[in-house]
Amino acid sequence: MLREALSLYVPTRSVGTRERKIYMNRLSTFIINSILLLALTSVLVTPAAAQTPVPDAPTDDEVNAIARELYCPVCENIPLDVCGTQACADWRNEIRLKLAEGWDAEQIKDHFADRFGDRVLAEPPPRGLNWLIYIVPPLVFIAGVYILYHGMRSWRQMEPLVTADKAAPETDAQMDEYAARLEEELRSQ
Amino acid sequence: MPEQQIETTPHSPKLGRILAWVGLLSLLTIVALGLLRSQKGSVSTGQRAPEFTLTTYDGESIPSTSLVGKVVVLNFWASFCIPCAEEADELESAWQFYKDRDDVIFLGVAWSDTDAKAQEYLARYGITYPNGPDFGTRISQAYRIRGVPETYIITKNGLLAHVQIGPFSSLSQIKAVIDPLLGQ
Repeated sequence: MLREALSLYVPTRSVGTRERKIYMNRLSTFIINSILLLALTSVLVTPAAAQTPVPDAPTDDEVNAIARELYCPVCENIPLDVCGTQACADWRNEIRLKLAEGWDAEQIKDHFADRFGDRVLAEPPPRGLNWLIYIVPPLVFIAGVYILYHGMRSWRQMEPLVTADKAAPETDAQMDEYAARLEEELRSQ
Repeated sequence: MPEQQIETTPHSPKLGRILAWVGLLSLLTIVALGLLRSQKGSVSTGQRAPEFTLTTYDGESIPSTSLVGKVVVLNFWASFCIPCAEEADELESAWQFYKDRDDVIFLGVAWSDTDAKAQEYLARYGITYPNGPDFGTRISQAYRIRGVPETYIITKNGLLAHVQIGPFSSLSQIKAVIDPLLGQ
């Protein structure tokens, strides 16, 4: 195609000065057009290349999946994935770099815990006083159920006791009978 | 009648109940100690400065116990902290002023900072005194810092002489704190 294009501009036979001038004009026009075309192509193609994702680059979702399990000390109680401070942005960038280096989520969380303490973890590891977080709530729940159960049981026991006054004579009679039998047995011995 | 009274009498204390009370009291004690600790504020002047070991970005380990006989300027900072940047030049100037003496040492502790950003900050402000990360935020917790910048100046005997909350405003302000301690 280039050869065909150039054939328009390159004289294949001997020509006069006027024709040569026309050829030269066409040739210069072709060169200028080619340069403009190249420049335009580079402008259009370069951004497209920049937008092409690098296969190994971690995505924002991958970074945020780890970031939401971390808290930075600067903005306590705000997960790292939604925290807007510069410190948190730096931390998210650190996560991105570690992911790009091939670290997995656990390694990254361990790195942050080693570096900044267990308190940066959304789920503190069960060691030391951290055990309280895992033990106390179930214990409190069990204690609550136990107290409730015994409370209800004692309420139920109270009901027969209220009616016990009515049954008292019968109970006394049974007791008299029991005492009589006991005395009789003692006498027989 | 006496039989009914026996039935309605509350149960005598059992082991479970005792354990429940012990557990509850233990938990309340832990919570109370935590609250007391959190409300203590920074370490006060006149107290013995908490011990620490700073591992610098160059890999050097500096235990505070090795600094006896020196006035220690312990500065907590972060690269994302704007007031820290405001005092960076003053601290470096002060270090340049004292660095030839054997009885003054400046130490910088990067708080909650990534290594890359911290080292970028040190290079930007040309800071030459030893600096390192606060691994596990142990040093900042020991000093109970409330933010950055905070600077703790420790006497040659290991007592806390001055607590600077916020940035130093000038070289003369830093010298005014350090100079009286050099003669002690």
